[in-house]
Amino acid sequence: MGYIGEIFVMAMTAIFIQNFVLARFLGLCPYLGVSKKLDSAFGMGMAVVFVMTMASAFTFVIYKYLLVPYNLLYLQTIAFILTIAALVQFVEMVIQKNAPALYKSLGVYLPLITTNCAVLGVAILNTKAMRTDGITAYNFLDAVLNGFFSGVGFTFVLLAMAGIRERLEFVDMPKSMRGMPIALILAGIMALAFYGFMGFKI
Amino acid sequence: MYMILMQAAPSLMSVISAPVLIIGGMGLLFGLILAIASKVFEVKLDPRVEQIIAALPGANCGACGAAGCAGYADAIVNSDTQINLCAPGGPVAVEAIAKIMGKSAVAAEKKVAVIHCSSGGTNNTKWKYAYQGIESCRSAVNIADGPNLCTWGCIGFNDCEKACVFDAISVDSEGMRHIDNDKCTACGACVTACPRKLITLVPVNRNVYIKCSSKAKNPLAKQLCGTERPCIACGLCSRKCPVQAITVENNLASIDYDKCIDCGLCATVCPTKAILDKKAGMRKKAEIEAEKCIGCTICAKICPTKAITGEIKQLHVIDKDTCIGCEQCVQKCPKKAITMV
Repeated sequence: MGYIGEIFVMAMTAIFIQNFVLARFLGLCPYLGVSKKLDSAFGMGMAVVFVMTMASAFTFVIYKYLLVPYNLLYLQTIAFILTIAALVQFVEMVIQKNAPALYKSLGVYLPLITTNCAVLGVAILNTKAMRTDGITAYNFLDAVLNGFFSGVGFTFVLLAMAGIRERLEFVDMPKSMRGMPIALILAGIMALAFYGFMGFKI
Repeated sequence: MYMILMQAAPSLMSVISAPVLIIGGMGLLFGLILAIASKVFEVKLDPRVEQIIAALPGANCGACGAAGCAGYADAIVNSDTQINLCAPGGPVAVEAIAKIMGKSAVAAEKKVAVIHCSSGGTNNTKWKYAYQGIESCRSAVNIADGPNLCTWGCIGFNDCEKACVFDAISVDSEGMRHIDNDKCTACGACVTACPRKLITLVPVNRNVYIKCSSKAKNPLAKQLCGTERPCIACGLCSRKCPVQAITVENNLASIDYDKCIDCGLCATVCPTKAILDKKAGMRKKAEIEAEKCIGCTICAKICPTKAITGEIKQLHVIDKDTCIGCEQCVQKCPKKAITMV
C-alpha cells in the first residue's frame, strides 16, 4: 500500500472506525455542550480541527526530541498539557491581532479547547499509533495528518448531533425529557450506530 | 542489596534535575513567549465597551439590530450608533450609556406588541381542516396556507408566546393570547416569530388597534373570520378620523400612529367592531375653567370634532356631546385652563 493508501486508512479510522467522540469517548463535554445550534457547532468543530492539528505537530516534536531522549515518558501528560495550553493561548493572541473576523467566529471556543481531553488524547495516541504494517511508528507528517483527521471526525459527529438536536426542538415530547436527557439518549444511539463501523477492516 | 539500590536509584539530584530542568525550562520558555506575544499582539480594548455591556440588560434579544448586547456595545463605541435602540433596557439603560459615552439621553418612545387579529382561539376560529402535526404556527402555515379558513388570521399555535423571552405573552383558557404591556419590552421577537405577520409594535400610549389583518374582499372577509369581526374595508373609520390617520389599502384599514391622537372615534363607527378601543367608555370629557380662559381660540382651532365654540377674547364652551375626550386641547391650552372630568 502506498502512502496515499496509508493516509486513506488513517482518515477512515479517525473519522469513522475510531471516532474520538463515539468510539473513544473523548471530548464528550463539547459534544453535549456546544451541539445545540449548527453554526456554533461548526465554529467549535473548526477550532478543534485547527488546535488538534497544531497540537499534534508540537507535541510530536516535544515527545521525540525532549521526552524520549531524556527518558521522561512519565511526564508526558504534564508536558503535553503545558504545550497545548501555551499553544492555544499564543494562537488566540495572534488571530485576535491579525484576523479579527476569524477571532470572532473561533475566539469563543478556543479557550474551551485548551484542556480538552480529545486534544490531549490525540497527542498521546500519536505517540503510540502504528501504521497499517503494525511496526512503523508515526512520523511527524503522520502525526499531523492524524490530528487533522481526528478533528474532522470530531466535527463530523458534532455537526450530526447539532443537526439532529435542532430538529428535536420541534418534537412533541414530555417536558422532563427535553434538553440534556434526550441529548444523552441520542448520544447513546449515535454511539451504537458508530459501533457498526468497528467491524471494518481496511 | 545496597549495590542494587545504588544502581536502580542514582543520586537524588540527577533523578530530579533532568525533569525539573526540562519541564521547568519548557514552562519558562512558553511563559516568555506568551509574555512577549501579549505585548507584540496587544489589542487595545476600549474600557467603555465593557461598561456599556454591564449597563445593558444582557437579554441578547437583537432588538437593537446588533448581534447581542456585546455587539451593540461595540457598535455604540466604535461605529457611533444611536444609544437609544435597546428596547428591554428602556430609559434606564439609555441614561447609563449616555453617562458612559458623555452623550445626552434621548429615550426612545416605549412601544408594545399588538396582535392584529381577533381570532385564533379554540372557540372563535373557523377551520379548513384538522391539522395534526408539529405544534407550531411556522409549520402549520406551510400546509395548504394553514388550517384556518382565513389565510391572514392567527393560527393559534402560539409561536409568539414561545418566542417571548420576557414572559409578556400569556394564553388564556380559550386559547387566546394576551400581551402584558408592563412586561413587553418591544424587542420584536414575536413580530418575527409570527408567520402571518400579525404583530406590530405600537406606541404604548395609544389604545386604539385595528384587530384584523385580512385582505379579503367583502363579503369574503366576514365568511372567513372566526369572530365575524373582520375589517371589510368600508372606509368609514378613514372618513371619520379627525386627523386623517387611517388609510384603507388592499381591503384593509391601517392606523398611522404618528398622526393618531388616540380619540377612539374610529372604534365607535366601525360597523364590524374590527377596531378595538381599550379606553372605550373610560375617556373623560374636557371642561374649561372659566377664570383661567383668556379666549385665545387655540383650543377651538385644534379640536378635531369642533366641540369647542366661543368668540375671540370671550369664554369658550365645550359641547359635552361632541367632545370625544382626545385631550388635544388640554395639551395646547397656554393657560392650562382645560381639565378632563
